[in-house]
Amino acid sequence: MSALTFTLKHKPDQRVDMSPLVCQKLADMQPVEIAALTLQNGKRKIRVDELFDITGSDAQNIVIKGSFDKLDFIGKELDGGRITVEGDAGAYLGLGMKSGEIEVSGDVGLYAACEMKKGFLKINGNAGDFLGAALPGNKMGMKGGAILVKGNVGERAGDHMRRGNILIEGNAGDYCGSRMTAGTIAVMGQTGRYLGFAMRRGTLLLWNQPQASARFNDCGAHTLAFLPILFASFKKLNSKFADSSAAFNRVQRYAGDMSEMGRGEVLVRIS
Amino acid sequence: MIINGVTIDATFAEAFPMKATRAIITAQNEKWAMISAQAMTGFATSVIACGCEAGIERVLDPSETPDGRPGVSIMIFAMGGKGLAKQLETRAGQCVLTSPTSALFAGIDGGTRIALGKNLRYFGDGFQVAKLIDGKRYWRIPVMDGEFLAEATTGQVEAIGGGNFLVLAESQPQALAACEAAIEEMRKIPNVIMPFPGGVVRSGSKVGSKYAALGASTNDAFCPTLKGMTKTDLSPEIESVMEIVIDGLTKEDIDKAMRVGIRAVCDLGAANGIKRISAGNYGGKLGPFHFHLQEIMA
Repeated sequence: MSALTFTLKHKPDQRVDMSPLVCQKLADMQPVEIAALTLQNGKRKIRVDELFDITGSDAQNIVIKGSFDKLDFIGKELDGGRITVEGDAGAYLGLGMKSGEIEVSGDVGLYAACEMKKGFLKINGNAGDFLGAALPGNKMGMKGGAILVKGNVGERAGDHMRRGNILIEGNAGDYCGSRMTAGTIAVMGQTGRYLGFAMRRGTLLLWNQPQASARFNDCGAHTLAFLPILFASFKKLNSKFADSSAAFNRVQRYAGDMSEMGRGEVLVRIS
Repeated sequence: MIINGVTIDATFAEAFPMKATRAIITAQNEKWAMISAQAMTGFATSVIACGCEAGIERVLDPSETPDGRPGVSIMIFAMGGKGLAKQLETRAGQCVLTSPTSALFAGIDGGTRIALGKNLRYFGDGFQVAKLIDGKRYWRIPVMDGEFLAEATTGQVEAIGGGNFLVLAESQPQALAACEAAIEEMRKIPNVIMPFPGGVVRSGSKVGSKYAALGASTNDAFCPTLKGMTKTDLSPEIESVMEIVIDGLTKEDIDKAMRVGIRAVCDLGAANGIKRISAGNYGGKLGPFHFHLQEIMA
């Protein structure tokens, strides 16, 4: 069976809610039924076949071709299966995702993987603000799974994050790891201002020294036994994180945010 | 059956169902992993008074351990799951947590999950950190030499305890030399431990005693000094009997260990004073697993 492929016919002016097009919802549907589904487009509803050419039939393997930054909610609450996005994705990519895989070849917008529960999200371009965060007003962000970003991420990555891994090959914006409750964010590039702002627990693993902060206390240089196990878990990824030269176990440990409960940590590679 | 002049008795070892678990201890080097493993498996020869039977399964190469350091695999056997969990936790807390540079990992992925580092984390007094990596939870517990890393749980599986055979020799040094040769070969078999000191027990027991308070007492039928005063099982030339007890995950594992052990003893043969191989049983009424010596060596 070939992948169920949605090829964009034209770029609509208004944003599109793509949440009906997830593997578990399309699993038992005939092609004509899928074509007749409606998507919210701005304030009106449009049929799927009005927006996309549909080919293939394997609903466990969905491909969205010609995607652009106004296609929101791709892979919302995805529960198994795989979605491949060729192009950019809009906001709320993988919102509340439960399992399965999403890969985006381009950039993604705000709130990607927000409140994600499990599964794997790979972004080959850049990600917007609030990656893996909680929806506004909610207290729990990403609760599990892993996100790999090949490019840079915006502000507030991992805001209110509870569990899981966010791996960033590029740079992270301001407030990375803000209000984190637990989990791990690894940043190979540079980090912005207010790193770990109000974080309670969790780990920020950095390749480069962040800006000094009075809210984090230096705990000294250490060789930590869990790091080789963590890096070993990255081996299966097609990423710089899988490269054995990227791994290290000697770090400078900073504890904070001391204005919060202060059980979080920033671990900075000692080369 | 006679092998190299050694008579293999037409009898069987009688074994019992037990619960078992395995843990992997790693450290900065093999020396300290072994020290920790020896401490953890100490005073664990028999469930009669130790609460469990434990032993070192084998030394692990760094490539085989979760953290890439030298390690030792240990196994613990107990009569019930509750007792096993208690023994594991107590021993891990007192012997591995305390041991310099150590880390502790699960040795069985499946089975019923029982606490390994899950409760030891409270030693961290709130400073402990959990890390969920590839579906496995680890606890990082701050200690004075750095951090003690322990996997939260390990697997508990059904197992068998009490496989055994007896080596009957013309002298005590000959009996011991034969048992040493057997243990050396048996330690190469995975999934088994020989829980007694050095793998050998010289005080095999029978069920019951003339003293009401004791549930087990010396196996007088195999005590050479009692040949003239009890219903002995020994011929006149036997001067020493030693036993090797085997606990294993499956019947096949114990079969294999007994086979290589008995073969090693028989290789020394009658020329080295080894006269008979026998086994301990309770008439087949107590243990559901019977290891017939002649079938194993056939």
